[in-house]
Amino acid sequence: MTDELIRAVAEADTPAKMVAAVQNLAATKDIAAIPTLIAVFGYNNPVAAGVAATALTEMGEIAVPQLISQIDDYNYGARAYSIRTLAAIADPRALDLLISAAATDFAPSVRRAAAKGLGNLHWHKLDFPASHTAPKRALETLIFISQDSEWSIRYAAVVGLQALAQNSDLQQPIFARLNQMLATDTEKAVRARVQLAYR
Amino acid sequence: MIEPSGEEFPAQNTPQLTPELAIANLQSPDLSLRYYAAWWLGKFRVNRADAVDALIVALQDEADRTELGGYPLRRNAARALGKLGDARAVPNLIECLECSDFYVREAAAQSLAMLRDRLRRGVAHRTSASALIKMLDGGVAEAVQVAGLPHLTQPYEAVIEALGAIRATEAIPLIQPFLEHPVPRVQCAAARAMYQLTQNPIYGERLVQMLAAGDLKLRRVVLGDLGAIGYLAAAEAIAHAQVENSFKIIALKGLLEHQMTDELDHLVISDDAIRVMNLMDTLL
Repeated sequence: MTDELIRAVAEADTPAKMVAAVQNLAATKDIAAIPTLIAVFGYNNPVAAGVAATALTEMGEIAVPQLISQIDDYNYGARAYSIRTLAAIADPRALDLLISAAATDFAPSVRRAAAKGLGNLHWHKLDFPASHTAPKRALETLIFISQDSEWSIRYAAVVGLQALAQNSDLQQPIFARLNQMLATDTEKAVRARVQLAYR
Repeated sequence: MIEPSGEEFPAQNTPQLTPELAIANLQSPDLSLRYYAAWWLGKFRVNRADAVDALIVALQDEADRTELGGYPLRRNAARALGKLGDARAVPNLIECLECSDFYVREAAAQSLAMLRDRLRRGVAHRTSASALIKMLDGGVAEAVQVAGLPHLTQPYEAVIEALGAIRATEAIPLIQPFLEHPVPRVQCAAARAMYQLTQNPIYGERLVQMLAAGDLKLRRVVLGDLGAIGYLAAAEAIAHAQVENSFKIIALKGLLEHQMTDELDHLVISDDAIRVMNLMDTLL
Protein backbone atom coordinates (compact mmCIF):
# COMPACT_ATOMS: atom_id res chain seq x y z
CA MET A 1 0.00 0.00 0.00
CA THR A 2 2.65 2.51 1.08
CA ASP A 3 4.93 1.21 -1.69
CA GLU A 4 2.33 2.13 -4.27
CA LEU A 5 1.92 5.61 -2.79
CA ILE A 6 5.71 6.07 -2.79
CA ARG A 7 5.79 5.06 -6.43
CA ALA A 8 3.06 7.58 -7.20
CA VAL A 9 5.29 10.35 -5.80
CA ALA A 10 8.20 9.20 -7.97
CA GLU A 11 6.00 9.04 -11.06
CA ALA A 12 4.14 12.34 -10.59
CA ASP A 13 4.83 14.32 -13.77
CA THR A 14 3.01 17.58 -13.00
CA PRO A 15 3.21 19.83 -9.93
CA ALA A 16 -0.46 19.17 -9.15
CA LYS A 17 -0.02 15.37 -9.33
CA MET A 18 3.01 15.70 -7.10
CA VAL A 19 1.04 17.57 -4.44
CA ALA A 20 -1.79 15.02 -4.56
CA ALA A 21 0.65 12.09 -4.36
CA VAL A 22 2.50 13.60 -1.40
CA GLN A 23 -0.80 14.28 0.38
CA ASN A 24 -1.84 10.64 -0.06
CA LEU A 25 1.51 9.38 1.17
CA ALA A 26 1.55 11.80 4.11
CA ALA A 27 -1.88 10.61 5.21
CA THR A 28 -0.56 7.08 5.88
CA LYS A 29 1.73 8.31 8.69
CA ASP A 30 3.78 5.22 7.79
CA ILE A 31 7.44 5.15 8.91
CA ALA A 32 8.31 3.69 5.52
CA ALA A 33 7.23 6.99 3.96
CA ILE A 34 9.85 9.05 5.79
CA PRO A 35 12.71 8.93 3.22
CA THR A 36 10.34 9.82 0.37
CA LEU A 37 8.81 12.70 2.31
CA ILE A 38 12.32 14.05 3.00
CA ALA A 39 13.23 13.67 -0.68
CA VAL A 40 10.21 15.82 -1.60
CA PHE A 41 12.05 18.82 -0.03
CA GLY A 42 14.39 18.72 -3.02
CA TYR A 43 11.72 18.72 -5.74
CA ASN A 44 11.32 22.50 -5.90
CA ASN A 45 7.58 22.25 -5.27
CA PRO A 46 6.80 24.48 -2.27
CA VAL A 47 3.25 23.19 -1.77
CA ALA A 48 4.35 19.54 -1.78
CA ALA A 49 7.31 20.39 0.47
CA GLY A 50 4.95 22.09 2.93
CA VAL A 51 2.71 18.99 3.04
CA ALA A 52 5.76 16.75 3.59
CA ALA A 53 7.13 19.02 6.34
CA THR A 54 3.79 19.02 8.17
CA ALA A 55 3.54 15.23 7.96
CA LEU A 56 7.10 14.72 9.23
CA THR A 57 6.51 17.18 12.07
CA GLU A 58 3.41 15.24 13.11
CA MET A 59 5.37 11.99 13.05
CA GLY A 60 7.78 13.70 15.41
CA GLU A 61 10.73 12.01 17.12
CA ILE A 62 10.62 8.92 14.95
CA ALA A 63 11.52 11.00 11.88
CA VAL A 64 14.43 12.80 13.53
CA PRO A 65 17.33 10.38 12.81
CA GLN A 66 16.55 10.28 9.09
CA LEU A 67 15.92 14.04 8.91
CA ILE A 68 19.43 14.51 10.34
CA SER A 69 21.22 11.86 8.27
CA GLN A 70 19.51 12.66 4.98
CA ILE A 71 20.12 16.40 5.02
CA ASP A 72 20.83 17.65 1.51
CA ASP A 73 24.28 19.27 1.46
CA TYR A 74 23.90 20.41 -2.13
CA ASN A 75 20.44 22.00 -2.19
CA TYR A 76 19.87 24.84 0.25
CA GLY A 77 16.15 24.99 -0.49
CA ALA A 78 15.76 21.37 0.60
CA ARG A 79 18.07 21.95 3.56
CA ALA A 80 15.92 24.84 4.82
CA TYR A 81 12.86 22.57 4.87
CA SER A 82 14.77 19.89 6.79
CA ILE A 83 16.01 22.39 9.36
CA ARG A 84 12.54 23.95 9.73
CA THR A 85 11.05 20.52 10.28
CA LEU A 86 13.68 19.59 12.87
CA ALA A 87 13.11 22.93 14.60
CA ALA A 88 9.36 22.26 14.72
CA ILE A 89 9.80 18.75 16.14
CA ALA A 90 12.25 20.29 18.64
CA ASP A 91 14.03 17.02 19.47
CA PRO A 92 17.35 18.03 21.09
CA ARG A 93 19.26 15.39 19.10
CA ALA A 94 19.18 18.03 16.33
CA LEU A 95 21.31 20.42 18.40
CA ASP A 96 24.66 19.86 16.67
CA LEU A 97 23.11 20.13 13.23
CA LEU A 98 21.22 23.31 14.15
CA ILE A 99 24.39 24.85 15.60
CA SER A 100 26.43 24.21 12.48
CA ALA A 101 23.58 25.35 10.21
CA ALA A 102 23.04 28.58 12.17
CA ALA A 103 26.73 29.43 12.40
CA THR A 104 28.21 28.23 9.10
CA ASP A 105 25.60 27.63 6.39
CA PHE A 106 25.87 30.06 3.50
CA ALA A 107 22.11 30.22 2.91
CA PRO A 108 20.24 32.79 5.02
CA SER A 109 16.98 30.78 4.87
CA VAL A 110 18.76 27.80 6.45
CA ARG A 111 20.45 29.96 9.10
CA ARG A 112 17.22 31.72 10.11
CA ALA A 113 15.36 28.44 10.50
CA ALA A 114 18.19 27.03 12.60
CA ALA A 115 18.39 30.14 14.80
CA LYS A 116 14.69 29.96 15.58
CA GLY A 117 14.99 26.24 16.28
CA LEU A 118 17.91 26.64 18.67
CA GLY A 119 15.70 28.48 21.13
CA ASN A 120 12.94 25.89 21.20
CA LEU A 121 14.49 22.44 21.66
CA HIS A 122 13.01 20.18 24.36
CA TRP A 123 16.04 20.22 26.64
CA HIS A 124 14.38 18.13 29.37
CA LYS A 125 14.54 15.11 27.07
CA LEU A 126 18.32 15.04 27.49
CA ASP A 127 20.04 13.30 30.41
CA PHE A 128 22.14 15.24 32.88
CA PRO A 129 24.69 16.76 32.28
CA ALA A 130 23.71 17.26 28.62
CA SER A 131 20.40 18.81 29.65
CA HIS A 132 22.47 21.47 31.37
CA THR A 133 25.26 22.05 28.82
CA ALA A 134 23.18 21.81 25.62
CA PRO A 135 21.14 25.02 26.14
CA LYS A 136 24.37 26.86 26.91
CA ARG A 137 25.80 25.76 23.57
CA ALA A 138 22.65 27.02 21.86
CA LEU A 139 23.07 30.32 23.71
CA GLU A 140 26.69 30.72 22.58
CA THR A 141 25.70 30.16 18.96
CA LEU A 142 22.76 32.56 19.12
CA ILE A 143 24.88 35.29 20.71
CA PHE A 144 27.52 34.74 18.03
CA ILE A 145 25.08 35.06 15.14
CA SER A 146 23.28 37.99 16.79
CA GLN A 147 26.33 39.94 15.55
CA ASP A 148 25.92 38.88 11.93
CA SER A 149 26.05 41.59 9.25
CA GLU A 150 22.74 40.43 7.72
CA TRP A 151 19.73 41.91 9.53
CA SER A 152 17.44 38.91 9.05
CA ILE A 153 19.97 36.63 10.77
CA ARG A 154 20.09 39.00 13.77
CA TYR A 155 16.27 39.12 13.77
CA ALA A 156 16.10 35.31 13.86
CA ALA A 157 18.74 35.25 16.61
CA VAL A 158 16.50 37.49 18.74
CA VAL A 159 13.58 35.10 18.19
CA GLY A 160 15.80 32.21 19.28
CA LEU A 161 17.13 34.09 22.30
CA GLN A 162 13.63 35.05 23.42
CA ALA A 163 12.56 31.40 23.43
CA LEU A 164 15.77 30.29 25.14
CA ALA A 165 15.07 32.77 27.96
CA GLN A 166 12.52 30.23 29.24
CA ASN A 167 15.62 28.71 30.85
CA SER A 168 15.85 30.79 34.01
CA ASP A 169 19.60 30.33 34.44
CA LEU A 170 20.22 31.75 30.95
CA GLN A 171 18.09 34.85 31.36
CA GLN A 172 20.84 37.11 32.59
CA PRO A 173 23.22 36.74 29.60
CA ILE A 174 20.28 36.77 27.18
CA PHE A 175 18.82 40.02 28.44
CA ALA A 176 22.29 41.57 28.64
CA ARG A 177 22.77 40.81 24.94
CA LEU A 178 19.26 41.99 24.00
CA ASN A 179 19.89 45.25 25.84
CA GLN A 180 23.05 45.75 23.83
CA MET A 181 21.19 45.11 20.59
CA LEU A 182 18.46 47.54 21.55
CA ALA A 183 21.08 50.23 22.06
CA THR A 184 23.31 49.55 19.07
CA ASP A 185 21.50 47.70 16.27
CA THR A 186 21.31 49.79 13.11
CA GLU A 187 18.03 48.23 11.92
CA LYS A 188 14.73 49.43 13.31
CA ALA A 189 13.15 46.06 12.55
CA VAL A 190 15.70 44.26 14.74
CA ARG A 191 15.31 46.73 17.62
CA ALA A 192 11.52 46.38 17.38
CA ARG A 193 11.84 42.59 17.62
CA VAL A 194 14.04 42.99 20.72
CA GLN A 195 11.34 45.13 22.30
CA LEU A 196 8.75 42.50 21.54
CA ALA A 197 10.99 39.93 23.27
CA TYR A 198 10.71 41.99 26.46
CA ARG A 199 6.92 42.00 26.54
CA MET B 1 13.68 45.58 -16.31
CA ILE B 2 16.93 43.77 -15.59
CA GLU B 3 19.90 44.49 -17.78
CA PRO B 4 20.80 41.29 -19.63
CA SER B 5 24.53 41.51 -18.86
CA GLY B 6 23.87 41.54 -15.11
CA GLU B 7 25.96 43.45 -12.63
CA GLU B 8 27.16 40.95 -10.07
CA PHE B 9 30.69 39.67 -10.28
CA PRO B 10 31.83 36.29 -9.04
CA ALA B 11 33.99 36.56 -5.93
CA GLN B 12 36.88 34.72 -7.53
CA ASN B 13 38.90 36.02 -10.48
CA THR B 14 38.45 39.62 -9.40
CA PRO B 15 41.22 41.95 -8.26
CA GLN B 16 41.53 42.85 -4.59
CA LEU B 17 40.67 46.54 -4.43
CA THR B 18 41.06 49.35 -1.94
CA PRO B 19 39.09 52.60 -2.26
CA GLU B 20 42.24 54.37 -3.51
CA LEU B 21 42.94 51.70 -6.10
CA ALA B 22 39.33 51.59 -7.26
CA ILE B 23 39.25 55.37 -7.71
CA ALA B 24 42.53 55.22 -9.63
CA ASN B 25 41.23 52.31 -11.73
CA LEU B 26 38.35 54.48 -12.99
CA GLN B 27 41.07 56.03 -15.24
CA SER B 28 42.79 52.74 -16.08
CA PRO B 29 43.64 52.04 -19.74
CA ASP B 30 42.01 48.63 -19.13
CA LEU B 31 38.29 49.34 -19.64
CA SER B 32 37.19 46.24 -17.78
CA LEU B 33 39.05 47.50 -14.69
CA ARG B 34 37.19 50.80 -14.95
CA TYR B 35 33.86 49.00 -15.19
CA TYR B 36 34.64 46.77 -12.22
CA ALA B 37 35.94 49.67 -10.11
CA ALA B 38 32.71 51.65 -10.58
CA TRP B 39 30.64 48.66 -9.48
CA TRP B 40 32.97 48.02 -6.53
CA LEU B 41 32.74 51.59 -5.21
CA GLY B 42 28.95 51.31 -5.10
CA LYS B 43 28.86 47.79 -3.76
CA PHE B 44 31.10 48.67 -0.83
CA ARG B 45 29.49 52.06 -0.34
CA VAL B 46 32.74 54.01 -0.58
CA ASN B 47 31.10 57.25 0.43
CA ARG B 48 34.06 59.59 -0.03
CA ALA B 49 34.20 62.89 -1.84
CA ASP B 50 36.99 61.75 -4.19
CA ALA B 51 35.03 58.60 -5.10
CA VAL B 52 31.91 60.64 -5.86
CA ASP B 53 33.94 63.09 -7.96
CA ALA B 54 35.57 60.29 -9.95
CA LEU B 55 32.23 58.57 -10.56
CA ILE B 56 30.67 61.84 -11.72
CA VAL B 57 33.51 62.15 -14.26
CA ALA B 58 32.85 58.54 -15.32
CA LEU B 59 29.25 59.52 -16.21
CA GLN B 60 30.81 61.33 -19.22
CA ASP B 61 32.93 58.36 -20.31
CA GLU B 62 33.29 57.90 -24.07
CA ALA B 63 35.88 55.11 -24.12
CA ASP B 64 33.79 52.13 -23.01
CA ARG B 65 31.15 51.37 -25.68
CA THR B 66 29.11 48.31 -26.62
CA GLU B 67 28.35 47.15 -30.17
CA LEU B 68 24.95 48.82 -29.90
CA GLY B 69 26.41 52.12 -28.72
CA GLY B 70 25.78 51.56 -25.01
CA TYR B 71 27.94 53.01 -22.24
CA PRO B 72 28.75 50.24 -19.72
CA LEU B 73 30.94 52.40 -17.48
CA ARG B 74 28.34 55.17 -17.34
CA ARG B 75 25.72 52.60 -16.30
CA ASN B 76 27.82 51.34 -13.41
CA ALA B 77 28.84 54.83 -12.35
CA ALA B 78 25.19 55.94 -12.31
CA ARG B 79 24.21 52.91 -10.23
CA ALA B 80 27.06 53.46 -7.78
CA LEU B 81 26.19 57.13 -7.27
CA GLY B 82 22.71 56.17 -6.08
CA LYS B 83 24.23 53.95 -3.42
CA LEU B 84 26.69 56.55 -2.16
CA GLY B 85 23.95 58.98 -1.13
CA ASP B 86 25.78 62.17 -2.10
CA ALA B 87 23.44 64.92 -3.35
CA ARG B 88 26.23 66.41 -5.49
CA ALA B 89 25.58 63.68 -8.05
CA VAL B 90 21.99 64.80 -8.65
CA PRO B 91 22.53 67.33 -11.49
CA ASN B 92 24.75 64.87 -13.38
CA LEU B 93 22.25 62.04 -12.90
CA ILE B 94 19.51 64.30 -14.22
CA GLU B 95 21.64 64.87 -17.35
CA CYS B 96 21.96 61.10 -17.72
CA LEU B 97 18.17 60.86 -18.07
CA GLU B 98 18.74 62.13 -21.63
CA CYS B 99 21.54 59.69 -22.50
CA SER B 100 21.09 57.70 -25.72
CA ASP B 101 21.67 54.45 -23.77
CA PHE B 102 18.45 53.05 -22.25
CA TYR B 103 20.35 51.38 -19.39
CA VAL B 104 22.11 54.61 -18.41
CA ARG B 105 18.71 56.34 -18.25
CA GLU B 106 17.32 53.47 -16.20
CA ALA B 107 20.25 53.49 -13.75
CA ALA B 108 20.00 57.27 -13.38
CA ALA B 109 16.27 57.10 -12.60
CA GLN B 110 16.85 54.33 -10.05
CA SER B 111 19.64 56.29 -8.40
CA LEU B 112 17.55 59.47 -8.23
CA ALA B 113 14.90 57.38 -6.44
CA MET B 114 17.56 56.21 -3.99
CA LEU B 115 18.66 59.82 -3.41
CA ARG B 116 15.04 60.85 -2.73
CA ASP B 117 15.68 62.09 0.79
CA ARG B 118 18.28 64.47 -0.62
CA LEU B 119 15.90 66.09 -3.04
CA ARG B 120 12.45 66.12 -1.47
CA ARG B 121 12.58 69.90 -1.44
CA GLY B 122 14.22 72.65 -3.40
CA VAL B 123 15.53 73.17 -6.89
CA ALA B 124 16.97 69.66 -7.19
CA HIS B 125 13.53 68.21 -6.56
CA ARG B 126 11.85 70.37 -9.20
CA THR B 127 14.46 69.70 -11.86
CA SER B 128 14.51 65.94 -11.21
CA ALA B 129 10.73 65.75 -11.22
CA SER B 130 10.42 67.65 -14.48
CA ALA B 131 13.19 65.65 -16.16
CA LEU B 132 11.53 62.38 -15.10
CA ILE B 133 8.08 63.62 -16.15
CA LYS B 134 9.48 64.48 -19.58
CA MET B 135 10.37 60.81 -20.02
CA LEU B 136 6.66 59.96 -19.85
CA ASP B 137 6.01 62.14 -22.94
CA GLY B 138 3.51 60.51 -25.26
CA GLY B 139 2.02 58.49 -22.42
CA VAL B 140 1.10 54.83 -22.68
CA ALA B 141 0.72 55.10 -26.47
CA GLU B 142 4.45 55.73 -26.88
CA ALA B 143 5.49 53.26 -24.20
CA VAL B 144 6.10 50.39 -26.58
CA GLN B 145 8.74 47.75 -27.09
CA VAL B 146 11.77 48.86 -29.11
CA ALA B 147 12.03 46.59 -32.14
CA GLY B 148 14.64 43.88 -31.60
CA LEU B 149 15.55 44.98 -28.09
CA PRO B 150 14.40 43.58 -24.74
CA HIS B 151 13.07 46.88 -23.42
CA LEU B 152 10.53 49.64 -23.94
CA THR B 153 11.29 53.10 -25.35
CA GLN B 154 11.97 54.42 -21.85
CA PRO B 155 12.72 52.75 -18.50
CA TYR B 156 9.12 53.41 -17.44
CA GLU B 157 9.26 51.20 -14.40
CA ALA B 158 12.25 53.06 -12.95
CA VAL B 159 10.93 56.49 -13.96
CA ILE B 160 7.50 55.95 -12.40
CA GLU B 161 9.00 54.48 -9.23
CA ALA B 162 11.34 57.45 -8.95
CA LEU B 163 8.45 59.92 -9.32
CA GLY B 164 6.62 58.11 -6.52
CA ALA B 165 9.74 57.95 -4.34
CA ILE B 166 10.42 61.68 -4.62
CA ARG B 167 6.72 62.43 -4.02
CA ALA B 168 6.22 64.28 -7.30
CA THR B 169 2.46 64.76 -6.89
CA GLU B 170 2.30 66.85 -10.06
CA ALA B 171 2.94 63.59 -11.97
CA ILE B 172 -0.26 61.86 -10.74
CA PRO B 173 -2.33 62.43 -13.91
CA LEU B 174 0.57 61.24 -16.05
CA ILE B 175 1.25 58.11 -14.03
CA GLN B 176 -2.36 56.99 -13.63
CA PRO B 177 -2.80 55.81 -17.26
CA PHE B 178 0.18 53.47 -16.79
CA LEU B 179 -2.01 51.35 -14.49
CA GLU B 180 -3.37 50.01 -17.81
CA HIS B 181 0.00 49.51 -19.52
CA PRO B 182 0.23 46.03 -21.10
CA VAL B 183 3.43 45.13 -19.19
CA PRO B 184 2.49 43.91 -15.69
CA ARG B 185 5.67 45.25 -14.07
CA VAL B 186 4.91 48.73 -15.38
CA GLN B 187 1.39 48.41 -13.93
CA CYS B 188 2.98 47.51 -10.59
CA ALA B 189 5.27 50.52 -10.69
CA ALA B 190 2.27 52.73 -11.45
CA ALA B 191 0.21 51.26 -8.58
CA ARG B 192 3.15 51.65 -6.22
CA ALA B 193 3.74 55.28 -7.20
CA MET B 194 0.02 56.12 -7.13
CA TYR B 195 -0.20 54.77 -3.59
CA GLN B 196 2.82 56.80 -2.51
CA LEU B 197 1.43 59.94 -4.10
CA THR B 198 -2.20 59.61 -2.96
CA GLN B 199 -2.18 57.14 -0.02
CA ASN B 200 -5.38 55.74 -1.55
CA PRO B 201 -5.75 52.04 -0.57
CA ILE B 202 -7.23 51.28 -4.01
CA TYR B 203 -3.67 51.16 -5.32
CA GLY B 204 -2.37 49.01 -2.48
CA GLU B 205 -5.21 46.56 -3.12
CA ARG B 206 -4.28 46.48 -6.78
CA LEU B 207 -0.85 45.23 -5.84
CA VAL B 208 -2.41 42.63 -3.53
CA GLN B 209 -4.48 41.39 -6.47
CA MET B 210 -1.37 41.16 -8.64
CA LEU B 211 0.32 39.17 -5.89
CA ALA B 212 -2.38 36.53 -6.25
CA ALA B 213 -2.53 36.57 -10.04
CA GLY B 214 1.02 36.95 -11.30
CA ASP B 215 3.74 34.40 -11.99
CA LEU B 216 6.60 33.84 -9.52
CA LYS B 217 8.82 36.62 -10.88
CA LEU B 218 5.97 39.12 -10.79
CA ARG B 219 5.01 38.06 -7.27
CA ARG B 220 8.56 38.84 -6.15
CA VAL B 221 8.34 42.28 -7.76
CA VAL B 222 4.98 42.95 -6.10
CA LEU B 223 6.38 41.96 -2.70
CA GLY B 224 9.14 44.52 -3.21
CA ASP B 225 6.54 47.14 -4.07
CA LEU B 226 4.32 46.37 -1.07
CA GLY B 227 7.36 46.52 1.23
CA ALA B 228 8.48 49.82 -0.28
CA ILE B 229 5.10 51.47 0.27
CA GLY B 230 4.55 49.83 3.67
CA TYR B 231 0.97 48.82 2.84
CA LEU B 232 -0.10 47.31 6.15
CA ALA B 233 -3.36 45.79 4.93
CA ALA B 234 -1.29 43.42 2.77
CA ALA B 235 0.50 41.79 5.73
CA GLU B 236 -1.42 38.49 5.69
CA ALA B 237 -1.46 38.31 1.89
CA ILE B 238 2.32 38.73 1.92
CA ALA B 239 2.82 36.05 4.57
CA HIS B 240 0.73 33.56 2.58
CA ALA B 241 2.02 34.38 -0.90
CA GLN B 242 3.54 31.58 -2.96
CA VAL B 243 7.04 33.07 -2.88
CA GLU B 244 10.27 32.18 -1.10
CA ASN B 245 10.27 33.21 2.56
CA SER B 246 13.24 35.55 2.10
CA PHE B 247 11.20 37.83 -0.16
CA LYS B 248 8.25 37.78 2.23
CA ILE B 249 10.42 38.62 5.24
CA ILE B 250 11.93 41.62 3.45
CA ALA B 251 8.48 42.86 2.39
CA LEU B 252 7.14 42.52 5.94
CA LYS B 253 10.21 44.37 7.22
CA GLY B 254 9.13 47.26 4.98
CA LEU B 255 5.66 47.18 6.55
CA LEU B 256 7.14 47.01 10.03
CA GLU B 257 9.41 49.99 9.45
CA HIS B 258 6.46 52.04 8.24
CA GLN B 259 4.77 51.33 11.59
CA MET B 260 7.58 52.77 13.66
CA THR B 261 8.73 56.21 14.63
CA ASP B 262 12.25 57.28 13.79
CA GLU B 263 13.46 57.89 17.33
CA LEU B 264 16.49 55.72 17.85
CA ASP B 265 16.32 55.25 21.60
CA HIS B 266 12.65 55.24 22.24
CA LEU B 267 11.06 52.93 19.75
CA VAL B 268 7.36 52.43 20.31
CA ILE B 269 5.86 49.24 18.94
CA SER B 270 2.17 49.30 18.12
CA ASP B 271 -0.23 46.37 17.96
CA ASP B 272 0.08 46.50 14.17
CA ALA B 273 3.86 46.26 14.43
CA ILE B 274 3.48 43.22 16.70
CA ARG B 275 1.10 41.63 14.21
CA VAL B 276 3.68 42.06 11.44
CA MET B 277 6.48 40.64 13.60
CA ASN B 278 4.39 37.61 14.55
CA LEU B 279 3.99 36.92 10.83
CA MET B 280 7.73 37.39 10.25
CA ASP B 281 8.51 34.92 13.03
CA THR B 282 6.46 32.22 11.29
CA LEU B 283 8.57 32.65 8.15
CA LEU B 284 11.98 32.06 9.78
